[in-house]
Amino acid sequence: MTDNRFFNRSELIGILVLAAFLVVVLPLTLDVFRLNLVAKYLTYAFVALGLVICWGYGGILSLGQGVFFGLGGYCMAMFLKLEASSVENTKIQSTPGIPDFMDWNQLTALPFFWKPFHSLTFTIAAIVLVPGIFALIIGTAMFKRRVGGTYFAIITQAVAAILTILIVGQQGYTGGINGMTDLRTLKGWDIRPDHAKIMLYFFEVGCLFVCIMIAQFVRHAKLGRILVAMREKEDRVRFSGYSVANFKIFAFSIAAMFAAIGGAMFALNVGFMSPSFVGIVPSIEMVIYTAVGGRLSILGAIYGTLLVNFAKTSLSETFPELWLFGLGGLFIAVVLAFPNGLAGIWSDYVQPRIDRLIASRKRKPDGWTDSSVADGAPAE
Amino acid sequence: MLIGHQPKEFLLAVEALTVSFDGFKAVNDLSFYVDENEIRVIIGPNGAGKTTVLDLICGKTKATSGSIQFRGKELTRMKENEIVKAGVGRKFQNPSIYDDLTVFENLEISYPRGRSVFGALTFTRDAAVRDRVHEVAEMIFLKDKLNMSADLLSHGQKQWLEIGMLLIQDPDLLMLDEPVAGMSVSERAKTAELLNRIIKNRSVLVIEHDMKFVEDIAHKVTVLHQGQILSEGTMEKVQNDPKVIEVYLGH
Repeated sequence: MTDNRFFNRSELIGILVLAAFLVVVLPLTLDVFRLNLVAKYLTYAFVALGLVICWGYGGILSLGQGVFFGLGGYCMAMFLKLEASSVENTKIQSTPGIPDFMDWNQLTALPFFWKPFHSLTFTIAAIVLVPGIFALIIGTAMFKRRVGGTYFAIITQAVAAILTILIVGQQGYTGGINGMTDLRTLKGWDIRPDHAKIMLYFFEVGCLFVCIMIAQFVRHAKLGRILVAMREKEDRVRFSGYSVANFKIFAFSIAAMFAAIGGAMFALNVGFMSPSFVGIVPSIEMVIYTAVGGRLSILGAIYGTLLVNFAKTSLSETFPELWLFGLGGLFIAVVLAFPNGLAGIWSDYVQPRIDRLIASRKRKPDGWTDSSVADGAPAE
Repeated sequence: MLIGHQPKEFLLAVEALTVSFDGFKAVNDLSFYVDENEIRVIIGPNGAGKTTVLDLICGKTKATSGSIQFRGKELTRMKENEIVKAGVGRKFQNPSIYDDLTVFENLEISYPRGRSVFGALTFTRDAAVRDRVHEVAEMIFLKDKLNMSADLLSHGQKQWLEIGMLLIQDPDLLMLDEPVAGMSVSERAKTAELLNRIIKNRSVLVIEHDMKFVEDIAHKVTVLHQGQILSEGTMEKVQNDPKVIEVYLGH
C-alpha cells in the first residue's frame, strides 16, 4: 500500500525524518548564521545526490562534478549580477549598466551570451539545460566510444581543470579568479538580510526534496536496476538488448543537472560564485561527501555531506593546516573500512538492532504494541 | 527432394568470415550454415576460435571480412543491441548474471520490453512480466528462488539463470558458450534436458568440450581448428574422422 513508484515504507520514514530534521529541528536550534552555513552545505548535497545515481548505482565515477556545480552557479550568478548592475547602481563606471568586472576589463558592451540572462525564465532553464546538455555531449563522446572507469574519471578531472582555467583567464566575461561577487537582489527582492536567508534556506530544502523524489523514482524504476546490472556486468546488459551508452549518458546527465541546481542554490544562498568551486579539489571533495555518506544511499549522501562539512568548518577553524589531511584520511578510512559509508554502518549495525527491538516489543502479548508496528507487515 | 521446391532458407549463414588480430587470423575464411530448429555444437581444441565465432555473430567483435546473414539481415553491420532485437541471444562462458539483484530482477531485466532509457523509466511490472518470469523460472529449476539474491546461487544455478535470461528474450538463435562447464553430473543431465526442452521453435549454437553432453544434444557438429573448419556432420561422422581424431579427440 505504501509501496509506490517513489519509495517503500522504510524509505518513507527515512525521508520524513530527514524532512523533520531540515525543516523543523535545524531552523529551531540554529541561529541565522549557522542556518545559512547549513544552506551552503546542502548545495553540495545536490551534487552528492547526483553522484549516488551516477557513481553509486551506475558505477560511473565522475571527478568533475564541480564543472556542473559551477555552470549552474554561474548561470544563477549572471542573472543576479546583471540585476545588481543596473544603470543607477553602476553610474560611476565608464560604461554604466554592465557588471563592474567588465568595466574594469575595458569592456564597453554586454557580451552577447550575457544578454539572455536578463530573463529569470531563461536563467532557470539555463541552470538545468546548460550543464545537462554539456554532460550529454561529454557523455556521448565518451560512452559511445566505450571510454569508462578510470579513464573517464581522469577526463572529467581534465574538464574541471580546463573550465577553471577558462573562467580565470576570461576575466572580462566571467569575473576571473574573484568570481562574481556583490550579488544583491532577485527580482528586486534583497537576498542578503536574515529573513531572506531563512526564506532561501526553506526554498533550497524544498528543491532538495524534489530532487530526492526524482532520484527515488529513477532508483525504483527498472532503470535503477539496469544501472546496477550495468555496474556489475556491462556486457550482459549490452547483450540483453540495451544500449549501455545511453543509460550511462542518462545517469551522468541527471547527476550533472542535480549538481547544477546545487550550484544555483549556492549563488543564491552564499551570494557569490567563483572558480574555486569548479576545479579539481572541490570536485573530489564532493565525491568524498558521497563516499562518507554512502554511495548507494540517497539519504546517506545528504547526511554525509552535512557531517563532513560541519567537521570541515569546525576543524578548519581550529586546525587550518591539518584539515585537508584529515579529509584525505577520512576518505581512505571510509573506503577501506566501510565501503558503503554511514548508510552502510546504519543498515548493517543500527537497523538490525532497531528491528530486533521492535520485534521483541511486538512479541509482548498484552496488546499495547503501537499500531504503526502492527501495520508493519511488508506490503508485498 | 521435392522438385521445384525453393532452396532452403537458412536461419544463419556465415560466409567467408575472417577476423584478424594484428595479423593473426583467429577465424579464417569460415563458412557454415545453421538450419531452423537445429542444435549445432562447435567443438575444437583451445584457441581454435570457437568463442571468437560467437563474439563475431553477436557483434562483440567486428569481422575483418566476410558476412553473417541472420534471417536475411547482415549482422556484421549492426550494433550489439540491434542484433539482440533481431533475435540472437548469447550466453557467456562464465555465468554472467547480476549478483546484487534478485533472481526475479535478473530475469525481469532481460524481458524484452522497455529497453530504451525512457522505456526503462516507465516500465511497469505487470501481470504479463510476472507470469513470464515465473514460467521461465520454473523451466530453469529456480521457481522457489525468485526472491533470492543471485550471488547466493550455486555455480550450476547461475548458469541456468543466465540461460533463463536468454529464454525470456525468446531469441530465434540461442548461443551458449560452454553451458555445462563446472557442473556436477546431475546438473549436466538437467541442463541437457533443459536444452532439449527449449529448442522448440528456435535454433541453438553451443560450444562445448564435454563429449558426452555433445552426444546427448547435438544434431550436427562442427569441428574448428586454427580458425577453420576441420570437419562437419553428425556426431558419428565427426568422431570417426581421422583428422578430428588426430587434432582433437585423440588427446
